[in-house]
Amino acid sequence: MTALHAWLSDPNPSSRRQAKLGQIWLAWLRIRRNRLAMVGLVIVGLLLVVAAFAPWIAPHDPYVQDLSRRLLPPGTPGNLLGTDDFGRDILSRIIYGARITLYTIGLVAVTAPVLGLLVGTVAGYFGGWIDAVLMRVTDIFLAFPRLILALALVAVLGPGIENAVLAIALTAWPPYARLARAETLTVRSSDYIAAIRLQGASSARIIAGHVVPMCLPSVIIRVTLDMAGVILIAAGLGFLGLGVQPPLPEWGLMISSGRKFLFEQWWVATMPGLAILIVSLGFNLLGDGLRDVLDPKSAPK
Amino acid sequence: MLRLVGQIAIGLLTLAITLLGLLLITFVIGRVVPIDPVLSIVGERATEAQMQAIRVKLGLDLPMWEQFYIYVRDALHGDLGTSIRTGESISAEIARYFPATLELATLGTIFGTLVGIPAGVLAATRPGSIADQIVRVVGLLGYSMPVFWLGLIGLLVFYGQLDWVAGPGRLDPTYDMMMEFTLTPYTGMILIDSALNGAWDVFGNAVSHIILPAGLLGYVSMAYISRMTRSFMMNELGQEYITTARVKGMPEWRVIWVHAMKNVLVPLITVIALSYAYLLEGSVLTETIFAWPGLGSYITDALFAADMPAVLGGTVVVGVVFVTLNMVSDILYRIVDPRARA
Repeated sequence: MTALHAWLSDPNPSSRRQAKLGQIWLAWLRIRRNRLAMVGLVIVGLLLVVAAFAPWIAPHDPYVQDLSRRLLPPGTPGNLLGTDDFGRDILSRIIYGARITLYTIGLVAVTAPVLGLLVGTVAGYFGGWIDAVLMRVTDIFLAFPRLILALALVAVLGPGIENAVLAIALTAWPPYARLARAETLTVRSSDYIAAIRLQGASSARIIAGHVVPMCLPSVIIRVTLDMAGVILIAAGLGFLGLGVQPPLPEWGLMISSGRKFLFEQWWVATMPGLAILIVSLGFNLLGDGLRDVLDPKSAPK
Repeated sequence: MLRLVGQIAIGLLTLAITLLGLLLITFVIGRVVPIDPVLSIVGERATEAQMQAIRVKLGLDLPMWEQFYIYVRDALHGDLGTSIRTGESISAEIARYFPATLELATLGTIFGTLVGIPAGVLAATRPGSIADQIVRVVGLLGYSMPVFWLGLIGLLVFYGQLDWVAGPGRLDPTYDMMMEFTLTPYTGMILIDSALNGAWDVFGNAVSHIILPAGLLGYVSMAYISRMTRSFMMNELGQEYITTARVKGMPEWRVIWVHAMKNVLVPLITVIALSYAYLLEGSVLTETIFAWPGLGSYITDALFAADMPAVLGGTVVVGVVFVTLNMVSDILYRIVDPRARA
């Protein structure tokens, strides 16, 4: 272990990989000191574990109805968080719901940044009228309030998880495009790009192989910070009945189904909301910490 | 001065292009929609001739670019089409719904600003202290909170359990009748109208209805405003003119609230305008929870009635408000801060 630490913190790395791993190690040491970021990391880690092992963790089947056990309060033996109006165990539904949440944010996290990177790097690399047009389009999309645009898109596409993801991704890409363009502008005129161009690399190759990697760190931070917002929008769409459809245990949808008996059986609507709050708080804390560590400009003094 | 005018002119041109793009997007969304507008008007049993007649009447037989031209022209004249659900003019309907949203979002922004700025200043002047941590965590919670869920909890606690506030809606039914039949509607905003009419019982009832949703939106905007205030204030307090002022023996409150605040307020204008715009948007979910008859409710109701023209009309209005607020804050920024004009 100590040998590994020494190898990682060697000030004179002997290979490129050692230097890279050493950098990651230093970043990890810095983020480990940030207590709130660690809380965020634990929450996100828990989400991953719960989603992966849902069938083994959940005490009940999330879909099996038992009308003789409907609307039981939290703390009932066998139903820690109570049951809903169909007698389904709320805890088990929340646990399975973690899969849907993860699926949604996973899909958004691989589509929106890719689209944004494509638009941003192309605009930044070519400049001129391509830049002007692409950035104008980006600004127009930025001008739309996200939830309203997502609503309108889902209205057209029809409700459902894939369409909700598509709608969210189509509203989430513009900030990535802006970010990627700014990063591209700083590397566009550097010598290493000129060198590759002289070797005859095509524009596509330069952008994909040499510009995009430079944009990745800031994009990744942005993704982490964005995930909380994505969770909230997805839950909002689910709540309005426009996202995931019943009987799937999506958290927003569960809140909306608990709304009918809010004043008598408060737990049906409250518990899934707590899950949303905790997970999105986790991403916010982690994203904040990552930004402080990886982007020294914004670090608190 | 001339330069400022020039910049504003460029800004207005950008605004025009953005608005055109906005209309293009809603136009495209409206054309790819799987619901056939003709079918929803004439019904399933219509003959081909009837359908063709409607199609011509709606202008759907024209080429796409011409349809878009007509769409933009009508929108510029304030005509957003006709609602399929009610057969009424969408602009007129939105004009009726909008004051409720405006009232709610405005009050929310006032709450958020009044709490957010002092909280941010408090956190910035004592970085790392307990107060700073509390402001930070409360703010982060506001970022992470599903607003519709918080609304339900608020209703559960303050209306269901404690009975401190009135429930969903803008007024109790009896006051609603009074408002409708005996008072003069000046603005459509109940708080202002009832006060102008001197109907203080209606005013009181309206306050008890609006306080919860407005407080909720206020919390969301407070989270954003306090965070930005903190970071702007921290930045200012590190400047040399602050040190100079302190060395001269100026009282600390004056250093913070007069000298530093003057510079903090400049970027804060943008932040407040942005959060105001977000509240107008965030009202979609809040209005659903509180049965608030505003723009958000209008859009969602239209959505469930498959009334696409109304949904898109509402979307355009929100988009225009959003863009305009951005624009206004940008211009204000340039007017207030001479450095931004360079």
